[in-house]
Amino acid sequence: MKKLSRGPIIFLIILTLLNYLPIILTVVYSFNASKITSVWGGLSLTWYRQLLNDNDLKKSLINSLIVAFFTCNFAVIIGTSAAIAMRNTKLWIDNVISYFSTLPIMIPEIILGMLFMAIFSFINLPFGFVTLIIAHTSFCIPYVFLLVRARLVGMDPSYEEAAKDLGASTFQTFRDIIFPYILPGILSGVLLSFAMSFDDVVISIFTTGPTVNTLAIKIYTKMKTGVTPEINALATIILIITMISVILYELVNRKNITKI
Amino acid sequence: MKFKRLYAFLLRVPVYSYTISFIIIPLIYMLVLSFLTKAQTWGYTFDFTLANYERVFSSFYMGIFIESLKLALITTTIVLFVGYAYGYFMARTSDAWKRRLMILLMIPFWTSGLIRLNGWIIIFRSNGVLDKILMFFNIIDKPLKLLYSYPAVVIGMIYFLLPFMILSVFSSVEKMDWSLVEAARDLGATSFEAFKSITLVQTMPGILSGIVLTFVPSMGMFYVAEILGGNKIVLISNVISEQMTKGRNTPFAAALSVILMILTSIILSLYKKFTKTSELEGIL
Repeated sequence: MKKLSRGPIIFLIILTLLNYLPIILTVVYSFNASKITSVWGGLSLTWYRQLLNDNDLKKSLINSLIVAFFTCNFAVIIGTSAAIAMRNTKLWIDNVISYFSTLPIMIPEIILGMLFMAIFSFINLPFGFVTLIIAHTSFCIPYVFLLVRARLVGMDPSYEEAAKDLGASTFQTFRDIIFPYILPGILSGVLLSFAMSFDDVVISIFTTGPTVNTLAIKIYTKMKTGVTPEINALATIILIITMISVILYELVNRKNITKI
Repeated sequence: MKFKRLYAFLLRVPVYSYTISFIIIPLIYMLVLSFLTKAQTWGYTFDFTLANYERVFSSFYMGIFIESLKLALITTTIVLFVGYAYGYFMARTSDAWKRRLMILLMIPFWTSGLIRLNGWIIIFRSNGVLDKILMFFNIIDKPLKLLYSYPAVVIGMIYFLLPFMILSVFSSVEKMDWSLVEAARDLGATSFEAFKSITLVQTMPGILSGIVLTFVPSMGMFYVAEILGGNKIVLISNVISEQMTKGRNTPFAAALSVILMILTSIILSLYKKFTKTSELEGIL
């Protein structure tokens, strides 16, 4: 393979820098003492201190974590069982169901938001945690389902046959052969689902109740009214959490590659 | 054998019940709703009407549809060229660099979209970072006021969707058979000819998947338009959102969603027809 010449390397560097520019600026301005973003007023931790005292924000963070936690669990149960059940299917109904279950990541988010808001008010389900979790589960199932299915497609069927020949029951085969093999897929699915649920704005706006605010909704409403410097500090904290998660994700995936 | 059938049945229960009750039934409900009449005060009545669709196809709302498609098209075109180059070059670096570039790409990709938008506000706002830099170098003499403008929205969209294109192209370049390119070169093709007739053809699945992954979400990202565009840029997704919340006209919002859904389905089925697969490359 040819080595890259200078032009492409410069292109990659510039684009990577541009990609990071907004993030770096957010971090830098989170330490800005001045309340106006365009003026640099020296270093300060004011906004971090203010963040610590903002009880509303803390509450919305806890709400986001609760929603993400339940969403991940449901998405993993539904997505994984579906992938296992339908891996070698020839049933037309299975294809229909798997098409519709992966639809949420194929269509514009606004349609899902509209759909859930309409149906929940139709069946009179009170808007709040339950509606948020049901809605978030919809766009997390496809990720778990596709990731686990990708693992299963790469699995050598002789492992399973060997286990069966040696007298393992269906449950034993699942526990000792299939489950360890798909575990990296499940873990990636959990991380991805968590991130997606935690970040979601569009669908949350339509499915949240008057008393439940998630962190993303809170940030969104603050941003619409103009930037408060507090958000820069919050963004920096979330950024650090994200970086740790990405590195964890990469570690899971790396193990997963060496295992094959 | 009986036990095996029970096992196969039980495994299907969660996905079947979720998908039927929270995806398929709501979709049918949306379709029905789009033919109903808005009630005077709140909700709707069960009177069949085509009025919602008539309103959707009025010149005002068609204009908004065209405006949304135009923005999606501009975004997708730029993302295609920049993302292809990035994905292609990335796939041609060493394995260690591939991994590093991938991590560098994934960190912003995983960071909350809102937080990244916040960074662009800092850059674009009047007397913000961009204005300061340009004024410092005497390129402009007064602030550009880019925030709440069309270019700001386009840049925001590109920024959001570029990673999807890069990942799609990258994964298809990774699968490429390079010996074909070498063969073409040995037979006297110029590097451009070899690229056009070998590389481009082989990476077409990645390109098409990248286009779908860019075009479809760009029609529905109303919060980018709202935050970077202010109230100046109205997209179809903004209208749906307004009708659902402030307008309280659920049937009309449903009709708009149905049309948007049909548009999306056309794009997805075109993709399926060209690539003979419904799976999108590189998203996972």
